[in-house]
Amino acid sequence: MKKIEAIIKPFKLEEVKDALAEIGIEGMTVSEVKGFGRQKGHTEIYRGSEYTVDFLPKIKVEIVIADAQKDAAIAAIVKAAKTGKIGDGKVFVSNVEDAVRIRTEEKGDAAV
Amino acid sequence: MKKYFVTLGLMAITALASFSVRADDTNAPAAAATNAPAAAPALPAASLDQRIAALEAYIGNTDPAAALTKDTNGSPTVTAPSTVGVAGPGHNAWMMTSAALVLFMTLPGLFLFYGGLVRRKNILSVIAQCFGIAGLVTILWVVFGYSAVFADGDDLVKGIFGNMKFAMLDGVTSAPNTNYAYWVSQNVFSMYQLMFAIITPALILGAIAERMKFSAILVFVGLWMALVYFPLAHMVWGINGCMNGVWNAAASIKAIDFAGGTVVHMSSGWSALVLCIILGKRLGFPKDNFAPHSMVLTAIGTGMLWVGWYGFNAGSAVAADGVAANAFMTTTIATAVASFVWPLVEWLVRGKPSVLGFCSGAVAGLVVITPACGFVTASGALIIGILAGIIPWFFCYKVKGWFGYDDALDTFGVHAIGGTMGALLTGMLARNAANGNLATNLKDKVTDHLFQPLVWEQLKAIGITIGLAVVGTVVIAYIVKALIGIRPAEEVESVGLDLAEHGEEGYHSN
Repeated sequence: MKKIEAIIKPFKLEEVKDALAEIGIEGMTVSEVKGFGRQKGHTEIYRGSEYTVDFLPKIKVEIVIADAQKDAAIAAIVKAAKTGKIGDGKVFVSNVEDAVRIRTEEKGDAAV
Repeated sequence: MKKYFVTLGLMAITALASFSVRADDTNAPAAAATNAPAAAPALPAASLDQRIAALEAYIGNTDPAAALTKDTNGSPTVTAPSTVGVAGPGHNAWMMTSAALVLFMTLPGLFLFYGGLVRRKNILSVIAQCFGIAGLVTILWVVFGYSAVFADGDDLVKGIFGNMKFAMLDGVTSAPNTNYAYWVSQNVFSMYQLMFAIITPALILGAIAERMKFSAILVFVGLWMALVYFPLAHMVWGINGCMNGVWNAAASIKAIDFAGGTVVHMSSGWSALVLCIILGKRLGFPKDNFAPHSMVLTAIGTGMLWVGWYGFNAGSAVAADGVAANAFMTTTIATAVASFVWPLVEWLVRGKPSVLGFCSGAVAGLVVITPACGFVTASGALIIGILAGIIPWFFCYKVKGWFGYDDALDTFGVHAIGGTMGALLTGMLARNAANGNLATNLKDKVTDHLFQPLVWEQLKAIGITIGLAVVGTVVIAYIVKALIGIRPAEEVESVGLDLAEHGEEGYHSN
C-alpha cells in the first residue's frame, strides 16, 4: 500500500477530488494547512503597518491506496492541481505497512 | 483587600441612593405646593391665541411659555396650558432613539471596530473594557457626573465644574430642563448625554489595546471622567460653561462644538496619545505581526458606528428640528466623501484601496464633521469630507512611523487629529445660513467668512482642551501606575488578555 500526500492550492481541491473519484479512489482525508516553498509569502498593509505573511494557506490531501493505483492517482492529482504557476504544491509518496477497516476488521488492501 | 473596597464602594452608593429617595419623599408636598400658585385667587385661563402659540412652539422647537403674559415681576398672569412644562412627543421620541443609537456606537459598534483590529487573543479584552466602561460611567453619571456637567446655578468651579443640584439624578424627571431643550424630558436628555460620556473613554481603548490591565483601565477611566471629561463637557455644553459660545452669553471663550469635537474626540484622542506613551509599546512592537485578526468585524463595526453617529450628530440638536435635519445631511456628506477619499489616497500612494482604508475614512469623516455638523452647509461638509480623508490618513501612515509611538489602533491619528481639525474647520466654515442660533450670542463672531473671528475662539478652545487632556492624563496615569500598576505581566500579555484576565477565549477550534 502507498500513502499519497498532496499539498495543493485550496481552490483546486474540488478538481482533485473529482479526478480521484473518476479513477475509483473512494476516500480521502483533507486538512487546511499553512506553509511555504519557493512561492514564499506575501505582504499585507494595514494603515501605516506592513506585515510579511510567510505561511500561505494550502490544502493537504491524504489518500492510502493499493500499490497498483499509485501511478494513476499521482497522474490524476498532478493533472487536476496544475496551474503552471509557482505555488502549485507537491505530491509525496510513501509506503504503508498495514491498514484496518474498523467496522469489519478487514486488513491490508481490502481495508483501503 | 480589593474586594472590601469594591463592597464598601457599592454600599456607599446604595446608602446615597436611599438617602436621596427619602429626600424626594420629604420634598414631595413642598413641590406640590409650589406647583399650585401661591397667590390664592386662581389665574384666568390662557387665551386661545396663547394656547395656539404654545402649540406652535412645539413645531418650531421654541419656548411654549413665551406667549403667556407676565406681570412686571415676571409672574404669570394666566394659568399655563397643558403644553407647558411637558415633553413634546416627537422631539422626545427622536431623542430616545438617538440615545439608543449612541449607545449602539459603543455596544457593539466600537467594540467590533476595535475588536477586529486586535489579535484574536485579545478580542474579548476589548469587549470587556467597553462593557466595563459602560457600567462604571453610568454609576458616576448618576451619582454626580450629570450634575457636574449640566446643573445650572452657582458652579463649584466657575465655568468649569457644575454644582451637585442633580446629584443622584435628583429632580431629573420627565419634565424638560429648558436650559437645554424646551420639548425633551430631562431624564431622556440625561441618558442621551450619558451615552456620550460612555463612548468617550471607550475611544481611548484603541491606543492602549492589548497591553493594559483591566483593573488599571477602570481606575484610570473613573478618575479621568471626574477630572477631564466632566469639567470639559461642562465648559463646552453646560449652560454656565466658560466655552459655551452658542448659549452662554457670559462665556469667556465664544467657542462652538455641536456634537463633541473637543469634548469627545480631542479629549479622548490626546489623552490616548499620552497614555499609550506612558504605557509603552506592546511586546514585540514593531517587529512582530500585529495584523488585524478580522477585518470583517472591523467593517461591521464601522457600519454600526456610521449608523449610530446619526444619533450622535443629528441628535445633538436635542430636538427633531431643522438644525437636526441639517446635521443629518452634513454628517452623511462628510462621511461618505471621507470614506471614498481615504482609500483613493491609498490607491494612489500604495497601489491598493483597502477595506481598512474605507473604514478609517468613514470614521475620520464622522469625527471631523462632529463639531461642525449643526453649523455648516452642504458645501462646508464636502470640504470637511475631503480633508478628513487626507490629513488623518497622513498621520496614521507617516507621522506615527516617524515618532514610533505605539498607538495600537490609531486613536490619536483619527480622533485627536480629526477632532482638532474639526474644531478649527468649524470655526472657518460655520455659517448663519446653516443654524439660526449662531445669531443669538455670536453675531460678531460668525461673519460668514473663512477667517471670521470665530476661528480665534476655536483656537483658544483647542488649546484649553489639549492642555486639560494632556495634563490630566499624565497626572492620572502616574497615580494609577503608583497605586496598582498599569501594565500586565509579560506572560499575561503574550498569552493574551482574554485568557489571562478574563478566563475566556473568543474563538475555539471545536
